[in-house]
Amino acid sequence: MIRLENIERIFEVGDERVYALRQVDLAVRPGEYLSIMGPSGSGKSTMLNILGLLDRPDQGVYRLDGRDATHLSDRQQAELRRHKIGFIFQFFHLIPRLTAAENVELPLTLAGVEPSERKERVAAALARLGLAERSKHRPDQLSGGQRQRVAIARATILRPALVLADEPTGNLDRTSGSEVIQTIETLNAEGMTVVMVTHDPELGRRTRRQVRMSDGRIVSDSGAAHES
Amino acid sequence: MKAEDVVRFCARSLSGYPLRTGLMLLAMAIGVAAVVLLTSLGEGARRYVAGKFTALGTHLLIVLPGRSETVGGPPPLLGQTPRDLTVDDAQALTRSSAVRRVAPLMLGAAPVSLDSRSREAVIMGTTADMYAVRNLEMAQGRFLPPGEVGRAEAVCVLGLKLKNELYGNTSPLGSFVRIGPRRFRVIGVLTKKGESLGTDLGEVAFIPVASAAALFNRASLFRILVQAQSREAIQRAKQAVLEIIRERHEGEEDVTVITQDALLATFDRIFKALTLAVGGIAAISLAVAGILIMNVMLIAVSQRTAEIGLLKAIGAPGKQIQRLFLAEAAMLSLVGAAAGLLLALAGHWVLGRIFPEFPLSVPVWSPVTAVSVALATGLIFGVLPARRASRMDPVVALSRR
Repeated sequence: MIRLENIERIFEVGDERVYALRQVDLAVRPGEYLSIMGPSGSGKSTMLNILGLLDRPDQGVYRLDGRDATHLSDRQQAELRRHKIGFIFQFFHLIPRLTAAENVELPLTLAGVEPSERKERVAAALARLGLAERSKHRPDQLSGGQRQRVAIARATILRPALVLADEPTGNLDRTSGSEVIQTIETLNAEGMTVVMVTHDPELGRRTRRQVRMSDGRIVSDSGAAHES
Repeated sequence: MKAEDVVRFCARSLSGYPLRTGLMLLAMAIGVAAVVLLTSLGEGARRYVAGKFTALGTHLLIVLPGRSETVGGPPPLLGQTPRDLTVDDAQALTRSSAVRRVAPLMLGAAPVSLDSRSREAVIMGTTADMYAVRNLEMAQGRFLPPGEVGRAEAVCVLGLKLKNELYGNTSPLGSFVRIGPRRFRVIGVLTKKGESLGTDLGEVAFIPVASAAALFNRASLFRILVQAQSREAIQRAKQAVLEIIRERHEGEEDVTVITQDALLATFDRIFKALTLAVGGIAAISLAVAGILIMNVMLIAVSQRTAEIGLLKAIGAPGKQIQRLFLAEAAMLSLVGAAAGLLLALAGHWVLGRIFPEFPLSVPVWSPVTAVSVALATGLIFGVLPARRASRMDPVVALSRR
């Protein structure tokens, strides 16, 4: 599904060259449930951004579904992000002026889906996440857990194969955090590949495979052994 | 993304910030309204002046004594005063086939009195033809009778205001007034046709030109008004007038002929230029509105960083985001322009109420230009913010909360 080969990402801060990622190799098979952990600045967010095609590596090759995704044009990358990848953010990133339903509808609108079909799919997605009654509410009228579930509904409305979550519970209390994790695990059970960045060790232990990063390198990978 | 979705999305984001959107709309609306209103004022002024000239009479030529041309050389120290224009000169002009009517005009001032009431009035000595030449209208009675030009008949026609001051509401027809030392029988009253070129016809008394000559003891005319046969005959009539006068004045061309059309054309040009200038000035306010839109859109882009990052993350290419922001600018300008047109309409109505006789009129090109300039500035000044939005790095955009 995902294959990173010798990825490097360098930021220039003043005169200094800071390695955010060095010689990273990673392979993820379809349907995996994987966490990336490590201290701040270890490069885990940069890795997630490269996986999500929001950032380009300076070195190395990223293959998504066997296809080289490193050298695609802006439009082709946007196309991939729209159909293959769903993002879940720590700060939800819901558009405040739109209702829950409209936020979830956004990817469908961008993809040019017919309005009648959009309404049906949005209603179904919200109902699946137990948000049917909240569809007309704006984000500021929702609790943190509800907001994150709206964001998850938006990320998965086009049924992407890959879900990337950046500290999905970082801004939530325990109860709504565990609700959100359960939702994400359900998605994984439905066959979506989930890659989650976190520094909550408890959360990391729940995933089937853990990758630890430090200083831009992968220092341990519990699933690397049975790489195919 | 479908067009109607783009419109809906932009409408939502515009209505999401009512104050900001309202201010931009206001700026746009004021700009558009200013262009439309100012050009309509200019056009109205042009029509007003044109109307005044037409009220003077049709196919009119005015003959003045003296050359108005300035020639170089020493000033005429030895009596080079031009010859007077006389009633005979005026009569002679009727020889030309290009001339339909001729009305001599002798001008003076004298007190007009009835019993103990007396008013200082402008006395115009002329002939019956003046009635047709100047498009006069009678309120009561008739104008000076046609007949022998040399006969000093003691009849007069009063302006409406003068008549009201002397007679009040009673009819003056058949009674006698005193003009200077002489008695004149009132045979008619003019309608209130307003003023033309500075002379209020309401305060005028018309008497036969021979009577005026006797009254003021002079033979020289103030003007000769000539009506040409047709619009096309105006130039021919002008040549004929100059020739006839030269012939009668021993080869000297010592009169000036002004044609109404030439005057009208000059004023027309002046007012058209004025309208364009005023419209141009107003268009600058539109450009200012455009810059305001750019400013506010730039602020909007930086405020909506997270939103732009999100749109990229859920699969909107840079071009799409650029289109969204451009569409927003276009909608702002269009709605603003529409509001401006409404504002102009309202202003028009109010102005029409305050100055009912001023012929306000919107030239067709002005609202069209105003709206297209508004749209163009909106789009041009929308490009920069839209490009900035589309080039935003999604990683940076999303890292802020």
